[in-house]
Amino acid sequence: MKGLRKAIGLIVAAGLLSSTAQAAISDDEIRIGYLADMSGTYRDLSGPGGLEALKMAVEDFGGQVNGKKIVLFNADDLNKPDVGANTVRQWIDEKNVDVVTGLVATSVVMAVNKIVEQENKLALISGSASSALTNEFCSPNHIHWVYDTYALSNGTAHAVLQEGGKDWFILAADYAFGHALEADLTKVIEAEGGKVVGKVRHPFPSNDFSSYILQAQGSGAEVVALANAGADMVNALQTASQFGLSQSGQKLAGMVVFLNDVHSMGLEVTQGLMLTTGWYWDMNDETREWAQRYHKRVGRMPTMAQAGVYSSTIHYLNAVKATDSDDSQVVRSKMIETPINDMFAKNGKIREDGRMVHDMYLAQVKTPAESKSEWDLYNILRTIPGEQAYRSLADSQCKLIKN
Amino acid sequence: MTILFGVPLSVLLGQLLLGLINGAFYALLSLGLAIIFGLLRIINFAHGALYMLGAFVTLLSLQYLGVNYWFALFLAPLTVGLIGMLIEKYLLRRITGEDHLYGLLLTFGLALIIEGLFVKLFGVSGSSYPMPDALKGGFNLGFMFLPKYRAWVIVAALIVCFVTWYMIERTRLGSYLRAGTENPKLMQAFGINVPLLITLTYGYGAALAAFAGVLAAPIYPVSPGMGANLLIVVFAVVVIGGMGSIMGAIVTGLLMGLIEGLTKVFYPEAANTVVFLVMVLVLLVRPAGLFGKET
Amino acid sequence: MSDTIKNPEQQQRVRVERERRIAASRRNKIFFAVFIVIALVAPFGIYPVFLMKLLCFALFACAFNLLLGYAGLLSFGHAAFLATGGYITGFVLTEYSGLGTELGILAGTAASAALGLGFGLLAIRRQGIYFAMITLALAQLVFFMFMQSSFTGGENGLQGVPRGQLFGFIDLQDNLNMYYFVLAIFLFGFLLIQRTIHSPYGQVLKAIRENEPRAISLGYNVDAHKLLAFVLSAALTGLAGATKTVVFQLASLTDAHWHMSGEVILMTLLGGVGTVLGPFVGASIVVTLQTYLSNSPLGEWVHVILGVIFVLCVLMFRAGIVGWFSKLIQRNFK
Repeated sequence: MKGLRKAIGLIVAAGLLSSTAQAAISDDEIRIGYLADMSGTYRDLSGPGGLEALKMAVEDFGGQVNGKKIVLFNADDLNKPDVGANTVRQWIDEKNVDVVTGLVATSVVMAVNKIVEQENKLALISGSASSALTNEFCSPNHIHWVYDTYALSNGTAHAVLQEGGKDWFILAADYAFGHALEADLTKVIEAEGGKVVGKVRHPFPSNDFSSYILQAQGSGAEVVALANAGADMVNALQTASQFGLSQSGQKLAGMVVFLNDVHSMGLEVTQGLMLTTGWYWDMNDETREWAQRYHKRVGRMPTMAQAGVYSSTIHYLNAVKATDSDDSQVVRSKMIETPINDMFAKNGKIREDGRMVHDMYLAQVKTPAESKSEWDLYNILRTIPGEQAYRSLADSQCKLIKN
Repeated sequence: MTILFGVPLSVLLGQLLLGLINGAFYALLSLGLAIIFGLLRIINFAHGALYMLGAFVTLLSLQYLGVNYWFALFLAPLTVGLIGMLIEKYLLRRITGEDHLYGLLLTFGLALIIEGLFVKLFGVSGSSYPMPDALKGGFNLGFMFLPKYRAWVIVAALIVCFVTWYMIERTRLGSYLRAGTENPKLMQAFGINVPLLITLTYGYGAALAAFAGVLAAPIYPVSPGMGANLLIVVFAVVVIGGMGSIMGAIVTGLLMGLIEGLTKVFYPEAANTVVFLVMVLVLLVRPAGLFGKET
Repeated sequence: MSDTIKNPEQQQRVRVERERRIAASRRNKIFFAVFIVIALVAPFGIYPVFLMKLLCFALFACAFNLLLGYAGLLSFGHAAFLATGGYITGFVLTEYSGLGTELGILAGTAASAALGLGFGLLAIRRQGIYFAMITLALAQLVFFMFMQSSFTGGENGLQGVPRGQLFGFIDLQDNLNMYYFVLAIFLFGFLLIQRTIHSPYGQVLKAIRENEPRAISLGYNVDAHKLLAFVLSAALTGLAGATKTVVFQLASLTDAHWHMSGEVILMTLLGGVGTVLGPFVGASIVVTLQTYLSNSPLGEWVHVILGVIFVLCVLMFRAGIVGWFSKLIQRNFK
């Protein structure tokens, strides 16, 4: 019976309604693949915690949508594009996975996106930073959820510029991500009347940052921006504090700082640091409640990337439920149509280029005296409205927008 | 202000000083590697993992036992030295006489295991170790601000390096060691316990790595991957100095720190690579390294 | 490392080799026939892309084994050749999409061979550890070059390489077509290595490995022989890298990293240095473990498990799995 209905559906779809995709859930299962760095540098940003967040989303749906079971697959990409691409290709070829989520290292995400686009599936990107994903590398098959380099550098730089920091020194990681950040940042600084007085690109990863910090001190800049991430950012920040960068009157601005970085460095080193974040667990009752639930399962507070996995999955499953289909384009249109209102975002909107635009927050790291508990790390200073935070469509190079 | 190659002299001085401090780490680590290679003929790929262990012992003994920095300075090398001796006695011992290749592979496997376990236990983000109170703050040298701790690193590392050199080159124990390197069978015939000597040597090499780990703990993030990144550079240092040469390892360590420091000013992108360029050049001109003897 | 394989056990083997050779060659033929049959039907039971990956790495390990097992040279820089093959092929196929895939692969292989010649000229006179270290240093310089060049895409890698068409009419986008193409490449490489080993040239190589001074006194140009082996190994490694790039449609810095040079040593050693099938077996085990472990609950333990295998292998199976098996067979069927 089911087979017959499907066959009729297919004939109808093929013959008459070739423009509208079929409304059906393939294999009678919704298959989600979680691909992330489970053992390397980005483990704490997304990793096993993100998988747990994904499971929470599935459980909140009771494990099924419209009577169709939700099945999860997960894998470690080891931060290698070839491993990630191979895994996703296999998921799609063998398991007919509908959607891939997690997705952290930019190099892996770019490789995965190519395959997802080729096979017309969907990717929900939570961990990755590069704003190029929804710019020159945009596709109709992925959605970038939590943050990007443009929003982070824009938010933080704007705030620091307003406080009067005009002369900047940029310390950037010497690879695509660092270059993108450096470019995004330079644009913001120059647009608002600031000046980049010096910059240095360090090898990735680097062991010792004292030399670069000394160069920053010698540059006479008022603000030293760290356009790197993860271990490099942590390392640079620690070194800056030992060399008394702030005592000598210079201000530090971290461009890509995550909760797990601040937690691991401790408040002694990071206090006073300004940063932009897409989400923080201690913002309101809704976020706190979800975060406590997560904390019970994982033993840590969620990062914005992990919260993003939950939020994007819920939004995806809701769209599947509403359309009773797991066809990528049908679901994607529904997702774009529906605003996002959950513990992660209020009135978030997915744009045609795949960028999920939502409010960002300017935060400052608390002093040890202010902090009341292990994870009480940020003061949220103000909300940056989504339209200001993200690159506007007018500046977009995305092929989906130009047409 | 004097300008040299487009860079103010004062900046250059500061960079050279920082280079020297990094060089001190290289010297400590490559010294341990050189000693181990000298007697065991093993390229110790686990050296980075041992360095990491030293830093972790420091961190964990503070967190769980309340052991402060100054005690950790002895505790960590002792603990890791013991671990090293166990590794030698129960694992490396079993492949004596086999090709060098196997020693390299065995230690590479060990490094994977140790680092993998620590990632599983402590994650990869790393933690920071609080600066000991006595070493907070710094000196204003006029051309730069030198944190006290960095000054201490260079003093401590040089003392340990010198003492080690003295022990090996100028004492009876050292002469056994050197003789054991040349001809272990003969030494055995003279009634020297060569296997014990080898165990102690590996232990000492491991302890040196751990000592470097303690020194690193307050200034670099303590993370499971901290050693792996450094290891390959330290290899290069040992090769440039001449495999097995004690003085070669120390001098080259410091020298490479300086060269790297200069690279960070003039062409920072290549800072991680310059040491390999030097290695290629040195090996082409002096195949046995700067201080090595051709065999 | 000139004294690589010189323990009494193996000298014994050399002595009985003559009697054994006929039996062994018959056995090898049977193995080979079985392998071909399995390889032909495998893609209908096992995921073809995985099989292709396996074949690429097996070719890589075989090429490496030619150098370590038969010329006694431990290179710690083979990642450079793998990556060069991959990047050049990827670049050529992306930029000149009209070109047949086979020409793209040829370009990558040629580039690797040229690089191998460069490395070889600089390193070939060095011995043992020094040879390993100078190849490592050179490979690090190549890594740096790839990271800085714009055509490689740096950390992001070269992505979306078209698989294109073979000889202009076989569509390689189809996994099965691609698989048989890769299998053909692997067999070509594998048989070329076998021919080389058993040729007079291969015998000279072995003689050099066993006793270099003697080979010199017999009037052989030792350096030239070693250099040729090095270039051949580099070219085949490049071929493996080029093919891998076409299969995955991407080339990345992973291939150029020194870890890759370490991994191929592991594969070769695990299977058995200097054995015909060893590298293939070793590569299969490592690739299978990496692929399937990362998809299992043991995913976080990949490094630890590989490390344990490494250690056990060095302590207990120094002859590698294939070496151990052939010893077993010898003992029971003599």
